[in-house]
Amino acid sequence: MPHPRCGPEDTPEQAWPDFPEELPDLPPSPGREKPPWWDVPEAGPMNQMQFMLLFSRQGKLRLQKWYVPLSDKEKKKITRELVQTVLARKPKMCSFLEWRDLKIVYKRYASLYFCCAIEDQDNELITLEIIHRYVELLDKYFGSVCELDIIFNFEKAYFILDEFLLGGEVQETSKKNVLKAIEQADLLQEEAETPRSVLEEIGLT
Amino acid sequence: MALKMVKGSIDRMFDKNLQDLVRGIRNHKEDEAKYISQCIDEIKQELKQDNIAVKANAVCKLTYLQMLGYDISWAAFNIIEVMSASKFTFKRIGYLAASQCFHEGTDVIMLTTNQIRKDLSSPNQYDTGVALTGLSCFVTPDLARDLANDIMTLMSHTKPYIRKKAVLIMYKVFLKYPESLRPAFPRLKEKLEDPDPGVQSAAVNVICELARRNPKNYLSLAPLFFKLMTSSTNNWVLIKIIKLFGALTPLEPRLGKKLIEPLTNLIHSTSAMSLLYECVNTVIPILKSPVLARNNTVFLYVEKLYFVFFPPTVKYLGLLAMSKILKTHPKSVQSHKDLILQCLDDKDESIRLRALDLLYGMVSKKNLMEIVKKLMIHVDKAEGTTYRDELLTKIIDICSQSNYQYITNFEWYISILVELTRLEGTRHGHLIAAQMLDVAIRVKAIRKFAVSQMAMLLDNAHLIASNTQRNGICEVLYAAAWICGEFSDHLEESNQTLEAMLRPKVTTLPGHIQAVYVQNMVKLYASILQQKEQAGEKEAAQEITQLMIDRLPQFVQSADLEVQERASCILQLIKYIQKLQIKEVPVAEEVIALFAGELNPVAPKAQKKVPVPEGLDLDAWINEPPSDSESEDEKPRTIFHDEEQRHSRHRQPEIDEEELARRREVRKQEQANNPFYIKSSPSPQKQYQDTPGVEHIPVVQIDLSVPLKVPGMPMSDQYVKLEEERRHKQKLEKDKKKKKQKKEKKGKHRRHNSLHTESDEDIAPAQHVDIITEEMPENALPSDEDDKDPNDPYKALDIDLDKPLADSEKLPVQRHRNAENLKSPDTEAPLVGKKSKKPKKKEKKHKEKEREKEKKKEREKKVTEEGKKVVCVLSATYDIQGNLQNDSQVTVSVIFENKSTSFLKSMELNVLDSLNAKMLRPEGSSVHDGIPVPFQLPPGISNEAQFVFTLQSIVMAQKLKGTLSFIVKNDNGSTHEKLDFKLHFSCASYLITTPCYSDAFAKLLESGDLHMSSIKVDGISISFQHLLAKICFYHHFSVVERVDSCASMYSRSIQGHHVCLLVKKGENSVSVDGKCNDSTLLSNLLDEMKETLSKC
Repeated sequence: MPHPRCGPEDTPEQAWPDFPEELPDLPPSPGREKPPWWDVPEAGPMNQMQFMLLFSRQGKLRLQKWYVPLSDKEKKKITRELVQTVLARKPKMCSFLEWRDLKIVYKRYASLYFCCAIEDQDNELITLEIIHRYVELLDKYFGSVCELDIIFNFEKAYFILDEFLLGGEVQETSKKNVLKAIEQADLLQEEAETPRSVLEEIGLT
Repeated sequence: MALKMVKGSIDRMFDKNLQDLVRGIRNHKEDEAKYISQCIDEIKQELKQDNIAVKANAVCKLTYLQMLGYDISWAAFNIIEVMSASKFTFKRIGYLAASQCFHEGTDVIMLTTNQIRKDLSSPNQYDTGVALTGLSCFVTPDLARDLANDIMTLMSHTKPYIRKKAVLIMYKVFLKYPESLRPAFPRLKEKLEDPDPGVQSAAVNVICELARRNPKNYLSLAPLFFKLMTSSTNNWVLIKIIKLFGALTPLEPRLGKKLIEPLTNLIHSTSAMSLLYECVNTVIPILKSPVLARNNTVFLYVEKLYFVFFPPTVKYLGLLAMSKILKTHPKSVQSHKDLILQCLDDKDESIRLRALDLLYGMVSKKNLMEIVKKLMIHVDKAEGTTYRDELLTKIIDICSQSNYQYITNFEWYISILVELTRLEGTRHGHLIAAQMLDVAIRVKAIRKFAVSQMAMLLDNAHLIASNTQRNGICEVLYAAAWICGEFSDHLEESNQTLEAMLRPKVTTLPGHIQAVYVQNMVKLYASILQQKEQAGEKEAAQEITQLMIDRLPQFVQSADLEVQERASCILQLIKYIQKLQIKEVPVAEEVIALFAGELNPVAPKAQKKVPVPEGLDLDAWINEPPSDSESEDEKPRTIFHDEEQRHSRHRQPEIDEEELARRREVRKQEQANNPFYIKSSPSPQKQYQDTPGVEHIPVVQIDLSVPLKVPGMPMSDQYVKLEEERRHKQKLEKDKKKKKQKKEKKGKHRRHNSLHTESDEDIAPAQHVDIITEEMPENALPSDEDDKDPNDPYKALDIDLDKPLADSEKLPVQRHRNAENLKSPDTEAPLVGKKSKKPKKKEKKHKEKEREKEKKKEREKKVTEEGKKVVCVLSATYDIQGNLQNDSQVTVSVIFENKSTSFLKSMELNVLDSLNAKMLRPEGSSVHDGIPVPFQLPPGISNEAQFVFTLQSIVMAQKLKGTLSFIVKNDNGSTHEKLDFKLHFSCASYLITTPCYSDAFAKLLESGDLHMSSIKVDGISISFQHLLAKICFYHHFSVVERVDSCASMYSRSIQGHHVCLLVKKGENSVSVDGKCNDSTLLSNLLDEMKETLSKC
């Protein structure tokens, strides 16, 4: 079931705007003061998924969701390493790689990489399906999603993810239900927002 | 006021929203950092305003910046403010920000408890939902404890949307606050049958996750899950259930049989790859049913896997699945060997590494050489040092696995190692070196060959050490030098080797290698000296000494301390030898004596595995610490007193010389009978020549003049050929024998005769191979505890769920909304259901008390296993001691002995309590709980555990029924076993031997408040002395006075009853008159005594 617009066949240059420069905000490459296994994340509480990262072909992080408690420093380090590792892989290579004591499952949709970390015993294929399902959800919600949608509405992307997964476990397997929940929550938000016009707030009504 | 509001709102119109921020960042590519710091300043201003909308907008922007890697922890309090906004729009943003940046270390998190509780009970389901989602990301132990009850209530919410979220988050709560598991579990179980499929699948998820970590507690749920599995059509749920069964089947073998049919159906019908993969992955490897093997179903799975998964993106998974199947069905995977070898060429490294892993498990004696040969080809081809190093380590791993189990020809292995030294720039020189040393030390038959190869390496050291890039590999010279030195007897061209070691080039090697060189050239020198002296070549002997004296100074000048020190020491020694040589004194014997004796391998964990002898308390003072009191006069008395006590207490561990000698003898005997030990001979090095089998070693002529790189066929290949020939010959011989057998057994057609497969066992090793097992101290316990991680977060969730809930086990309910929940967590922590604490402290006391063998009973558990062999698995012996300190307790010490060849673990002893006698269980556990035996039993090992029982009345004997459940684990998997037993508490076990003086005894008899009773036993033949000893031993009495054939005896019960006896011996009979405070106790005691005496 190839995705209408997010299929990997799309040439990213046409479908997505490019952001060529490197991430400026991440600290320079790590020193050798600590052995590499120093801060390997401990076996997380939820085995299904440890974290999910979305990043662009240029290595820009677009979304991150952590299901294990880690300090910001560790998160940054993991993100940096993983983004580098995944981006270095060639297109025809398999979607799985072993990294530290985790298994990484990733898939590229146009210029976005969706990347999940799972534990040793977990099912890689179902993780691949989860990624696909999430992309489908994004696509349904935004209507032909593109990277810009996720950048400018990143909170919405999180809300959708939160309705789909909870604590790393699949929460709702029905696409319809997820979208319904999001729509209703949005409706609630709009209801709350509509009466609040500027004038009203100033107190001129 | 109005003005302020106006100002705030107008400001807001000009505030940047998230879109502006994103756009701004993209428009400031050159000075992004500057732009963002500007934005953060603006955000800080916005956060200072009262308007919640402005704050929410600011927090939203911060969340975006957090993703870009900026620290926003400073805004944690503002996030909480936004979380507590009444409008859903803002609340949603607040919770999102919190879930992204809060973690356990965030200190303001405890301020959120009440806000979250309020949101959880909000009438709006989306408020609740957003709170649950947020909580799932940042739940802390405190939050879990305080909110567990609220969340549990939500599991029964009217809206399925809330129910499923609540169910899922319960798992997080369990992890953070394990005490909540038992109270919440019944409701969680209910949710398995929730009408809403989403909630049901959430419950399946949670229980499966719990069960995978601690499967044994969830066995009772198997039927329910079985029903779900056959009825559910949801693949997501099915995958979870199959995973769960994967964890349960090892514990309950019968499950396996039941699962075969539905699983086979699933595998054949499903189109979902993930489900198929899960089936193969989890369940197949543990199903060892003969049905599967017969149908070749597994084989089918592998085929299907391979062909289904063949596209490159998922080829990896095929390999992964194979490695799982390999463990149980090696044959079906081995047939794919070529495919797997092909994968080594794959350009994707993860596939190559997987394939390597698979090869590791596939090797057998038969195919080892072939596989390693292929790997060696890949080593040559490999690009990039990392992968080549990986290959190198894998080759070594494959060959050395399970104590070199698969190597039939060690010469071949040594040549492989030597070939590996040609690798340029590898980091694993030390690995190769370690292997060389290990093989040379442990396989005695190979030493001669190893030494010749090492000599060759030393001779060609310039090839190895010349290139600076090859730094890692020069480690092998370390091994080479040591082997040549230590086993110099086997060296043929010793002179040449010695000269090679003395070359000036050697001084460029790393210091630690030079040091080994220096040390070992002396060994070499010593053996040459001996040879020359024995041959009477004095000239040659002096020449060699002169050579040493000439060349050693280059090492004396070394910058490395170790080298310098050794060299100068040795130089002096040799100068001295030279002096003696000039005087024509024979010195060789003395020099060689410097290096006499042999080094034996010792296991790395040997020391750790020596169990602490019983009665030895390592923490106890050996000498009393100097007391603080200055009073001199008191001191000598206390020391004397203590010493006496200590002496009696620690008698056990002190073993005298005799005992030591005896043990040594026993051990020697054992080693002599052990085929893996060959060091019982006094000088094994010399005996080596006589070892049978050495003559058969095909010694390959080595031309020392050729460099290491042998053109054409590498050395090891010759062995492959040789080996093939050898095997062929063996096979022919065997066939001959078989034919003979056939002739003998004419008519008797046996099936296995016609099966003409060469199994692993058929291949006899080329040399007589002795792998000396590493030395372990006596009584060493094979501890598998070493690897257990005490910090395993799932351990806390190992909780029995079938046990009824105790009243104390309730989730804490917060009744008042006040400052209480800001208190430190410890003060509030409820005392509920602590299960795992062991009450061992109490028993320590007992050890100090007199212990007497009370009663011995042996029960052996006979288990019928496959093949209807009766195997004795476990025997338990117990004895019972009274407790002087506590008048209603006795201690039962049970010695468990594992008589099987399997590993016994998870032993749990349980006793059906009677009204009178109860087993003392840890606080909080119910009467149906067993007490875990605090150790596991490897085969042949015995160990003692103590259990305390409380008794109401001790005047009557007791019998308690009990069961010991345990898991028998062997190669075929593990099975649950039970052993039923009866504990017999005789009245005598309540007595404690107490000495009594005759005058006190007389007073006691005079006091008159004792009941009296007597017995008479006929047909006694043993001596009176003997008889008294029996009563003392079995019934815990002590003799007060003895006059001729009449004796008075005394004992006391743990509850303070006095028991006095008058024993008289007649011709052939004995009469016992007893007096005691309690008539029932007395008559019971006398009955028991009658039984003992009548056996005499």
